[in-house]
Amino acid sequence: MEVLDNLMLGFSVAVSPMHLLYALIGVLLGTLIGVLPGVGPVATIAMLLPITFNLSPVAALIMLAGIYYGAQYGGSTSAILVNLPGETASVVTCLDGYQMARQGRAGPALAISAIGSFFAGCCATLIIALAAPPLAEVALKFGPAEYFSLMVLGLVAATVLAHGSLVKAIAMVVLGLLLGLIGTDVNSGVLRFTFGIPELSDGIGFAVVAMGMFGVAEIIGNLELKDKREVFTSNVKGLFPTVDDFKRSWKAILRGTALGSFLGILPGGGSILAAFGAYTLEKKMSKNPERFGKGAIEGVAAPESANNAGAQTSFIPMLTLGIPGNAVMALMIGALMIQGIAPGPQVMNEKPELFWGLIASMWIGNFFLVVLNLPLIGMWIKLLTVPYRYLYPSILVFMAIGVYSLSNNPFDLVVMAVFGLLGYICVKLECEPAPMILGFILGPLMEENLRRAMLLSRGDPFVFVSPSKPISLGFLIASAVLLVIVMLPALRKKREEVFVEDAT
Amino acid sequence: MQIKSPKDFWAGLMFITFGLFFVVWALYNYQMGSAVRMGPAYFPAVLGGLLTLLGTIVLSQSFAISGPRVPTINFRPLIMILAGCLVYGYSVKPLGVVVSTGLLVFMAALGGHEFKWKEVGILYVFLALFSVLVFVKGLGLPFPLWPQFLEG
Repeated sequence: MEVLDNLMLGFSVAVSPMHLLYALIGVLLGTLIGVLPGVGPVATIAMLLPITFNLSPVAALIMLAGIYYGAQYGGSTSAILVNLPGETASVVTCLDGYQMARQGRAGPALAISAIGSFFAGCCATLIIALAAPPLAEVALKFGPAEYFSLMVLGLVAATVLAHGSLVKAIAMVVLGLLLGLIGTDVNSGVLRFTFGIPELSDGIGFAVVAMGMFGVAEIIGNLELKDKREVFTSNVKGLFPTVDDFKRSWKAILRGTALGSFLGILPGGGSILAAFGAYTLEKKMSKNPERFGKGAIEGVAAPESANNAGAQTSFIPMLTLGIPGNAVMALMIGALMIQGIAPGPQVMNEKPELFWGLIASMWIGNFFLVVLNLPLIGMWIKLLTVPYRYLYPSILVFMAIGVYSLSNNPFDLVVMAVFGLLGYICVKLECEPAPMILGFILGPLMEENLRRAMLLSRGDPFVFVSPSKPISLGFLIASAVLLVIVMLPALRKKREEVFVEDAT
Repeated sequence: MQIKSPKDFWAGLMFITFGLFFVVWALYNYQMGSAVRMGPAYFPAVLGGLLTLLGTIVLSQSFAISGPRVPTINFRPLIMILAGCLVYGYSVKPLGVVVSTGLLVFMAALGGHEFKWKEVGILYVFLALFSVLVFVKGLGLPFPLWPQFLEG
């Protein structure tokens, strides 16, 4: 079996002591930032990007990946214990997890979330190993028209997932696309929208934008709120779920894993949609849905499995197509490019040790997480009791160092502050920053592929929907269907309901 | 006409401003080209137009559908945090990490709810030590430690 050979190769790479160490550092850091409310995986990976410059590509990716799925584990801890999602995907876990903690059942909630996440992580890793090679095969045949349409689909998917107004989310994507165009135009060499500032000629660094929009803006927003956290530390006694808990949750874990793995693959998807979807599905399937929101263990098991599965499978489009499905994947692509590797379907054939090593390391990382985290829960709880007034200056200092070290130029901090302000305004006006970030990354790629496709078709705009390009046509039809579905009145109401739940 | 949804009103205005800016700036400064050979202005002009259109939709909705008010803006954290970032950036090279970390930590703390000299002082000492030991000594980032005029 080819897959087995490949996985063997992967494990031989991943179990080298150095790579094990980086996987361990990654998952520990990931859990740490996942636990701390107010700092998400995007900002952390952006902060640590400069550190990976000196590592080998494999080690860099292993560590960054560890941070990402480690954060999913950690996020659930603070969701359950303090009702604060350490990280967006665990918003849903707050609903039932926190209620369980209030009933003195924080231990089983934490344990089920760890077990569910581990199971989901293992399954999703296997799915990547099986699905990625054939997908990369298909992707090698993609021309510019297919890539363009795929990106359209990704962006549409991102707007559908955004909270609140659909029009605003689309506008944010377009704004992101435009901001992404700042810098030198690759075709003509013209400097666009740089206003004579030499630092802008290479474009705005993605890491800087991400730290501004997510890191700085979030800190300012948090400071406006009163710091009122209630930690249920004393209540974490018995970790082990009862037989009844297992009976209730094993199906939820299976369903969450399946749904999460699927949603994670979709462009624009990833862990957040997966968690929302799984929770809603579980509530639908349940015989007594009124238990949800009052401490139902399925309400913890399903989204936790789903967000970890989604986090894992969102690597598939990144690894096989070179297209980031979410902001974290965009940073991974950034890390690859800094290492001199052009992401895309060719990576699998040209760098099998990187590709399969990363996949094998995901399994190892998930194993570390479940083995380390349950015993370490006491330590994470201690961390949760650290008041925010100590946390945010520390986060700011680390972000400032990270941004400054990108090019040793104070201008990057100006950009970070500007995007911090923009992010703050956007939150005030209920405009989601996440779709903007995705647009920002895809802007130059989209323009490039649009230009090439139009050049090849001699200016015929119907090239994207012509029957001779069924894949491109399919992507665009899927985008249109998605948009129509969201605009249907019935679903629109449903979508609002889901997000109302999130707000409470 | 009455603004029923202030958040949408301002968001719409923001999108229109950005959209118009990109269209006008692109058309005025760069080559449009043709659909076959798109010039540097083509894509931004089209997107800018689209953003203006979307902004107009959001803006017009704000007169029709009522929505929440824009929450009040608390200027102290906003200004202190943003200014702290700028001060850090422009003070690292001339003043060194030890001083610039202090400026950022104290400014950030002033933006918070409560400010206690002792707490912030301890936090500063910890963060300065951490920055120096981990980032400068450990990871070898080329930051000066002390003010230039002291090192001569």
